[in-house]
Amino acid sequence: MHKQALIQYLLLLGDSALVQGQRLCEWCGKAPALEEELALMNVGLDLVGQARNWLDYAAELQGDGHDADALAFRRDERAYRNLLLVEQPNGDYAVTMLKQFFYDAWHHAMLDGLSASGDERIAGIAAKALKEVTYHLRRSGEWVQRLGGGTEESRRRMLEAIPVLWRFTVELTVASDSEVQLAQAGIAADPTQVAQRWHAAVEAIFASVELPLPKAASHFYLDGRKGLHTEHLGLLLAEMQFLPRAYPDATW
Amino acid sequence: MRPGELIAGDRGARALRDGDLAQAWAVLAEVMDPEVPVVSVIDLGIVRDLDWRAGHLHLVVTPTYSGCPATEVIEGDIRQALEQAGFAEPALERRLTPAWSTDWISDQGRERLRAYGIAPPAGSASLRGASPTVCCPQCASSDTELLSQFGSTACKALYRCRACLEPFDYFKCL
Ligand SMILES: [Zn+2]
Repeated sequence: MHKQALIQYLLLLGDSALVQGQRLCEWCGKAPALEEELALMNVGLDLVGQARNWLDYAAELQGDGHDADALAFRRDERAYRNLLLVEQPNGDYAVTMLKQFFYDAWHHAMLDGLSASGDERIAGIAAKALKEVTYHLRRSGEWVQRLGGGTEESRRRMLEAIPVLWRFTVELTVASDSEVQLAQAGIAADPTQVAQRWHAAVEAIFASVELPLPKAASHFYLDGRKGLHTEHLGLLLAEMQFLPRAYPDATW
Repeated sequence: MRPGELIAGDRGARALRDGDLAQAWAVLAEVMDPEVPVVSVIDLGIVRDLDWRAGHLHLVVTPTYSGCPATEVIEGDIRQALEQAGFAEPALERRLTPAWSTDWISDQGRERLRAYGIAPPAGSASLRGASPTVCCPQCASSDTELLSQFGSTACKALYRCRACLEPFDYFKCL
């Protein structure tokens, strides 16, 4: 009964982690410092691993013979269910780290709720991922503080990054009807709690370095949960999916 | 299923003998982590269970990190070591729950990490995300500072010792 809703929810979790991980990989070879390069790639690797766990489960529920790789590499943009936030371009380091922080704060709250899911498979994947994301959130929050409270230029850049990303945060504090039903059934994370915890985390970090908190983002005309994406996702997938699509079933 | 398939897919099935499981544990104690080659899969605590099912060894292995690229390598190394020791077609089951914790690293594993120059996890996994006191694996000074939350692999952070000035990896609590 919940099966289709559950698959969509797993895709929201898996696709968001995968796309965020793919974006982080774009920094490979050009991060501002060696330590940052290592950190970005490690966070990306965690996320791709988590994405595989979610997509494995989604593929099993679909039961049509497709596996996690097929879901990642052979779906078109309209079939992706990731948050609009994570598909946005990396921009400068302020945009990259603020995007990471907004995502991490949502991700952490979601995983915390999901660790207590009535679906044991979900609870297991979430409990494992939560440990990893605790480190992601700590790091990205510290970067928002460092840039926001740093030099004149770093603060200017952080202030400029906020309006670039803020409108996409509406998706982090809302939920579809089917998600609400899944939450009532004890399977999905409680969307109200996720929204509250996301706001609290963002408010605390912003207040600590006196970054102005914009008014709550209003409804946006696109919706990642429905597969209605910004133009950036198509370009990201074109790069990520090129090889498996050009050379199906290639091995090395 | 065609005739012969069962036999082909069940090569070497036999009854459990005395000493088999002890021998298997001993073999596993020599299978090293590919990225930290001084600690074994037993030291890391990732082999959660070992028994005999339907004529073969059956292992439960828990990955360290969701995205650890060494997971497949470790599983392949385990399989190869057991087969070389005479255990035909051991079955490996990957289990996520309960999630692996650095609390499962043995005392021997911690000592081996330290001797290798990697500071072992300071205290329990409940310190995850906190800032524990980390001692330098070279000179044992506790006067150290965090350089980066993420080191050469996901499981490590990068620290520097203010006493001897050496940078070092720290195996962080998870
Ligand atoms: Zn030292």
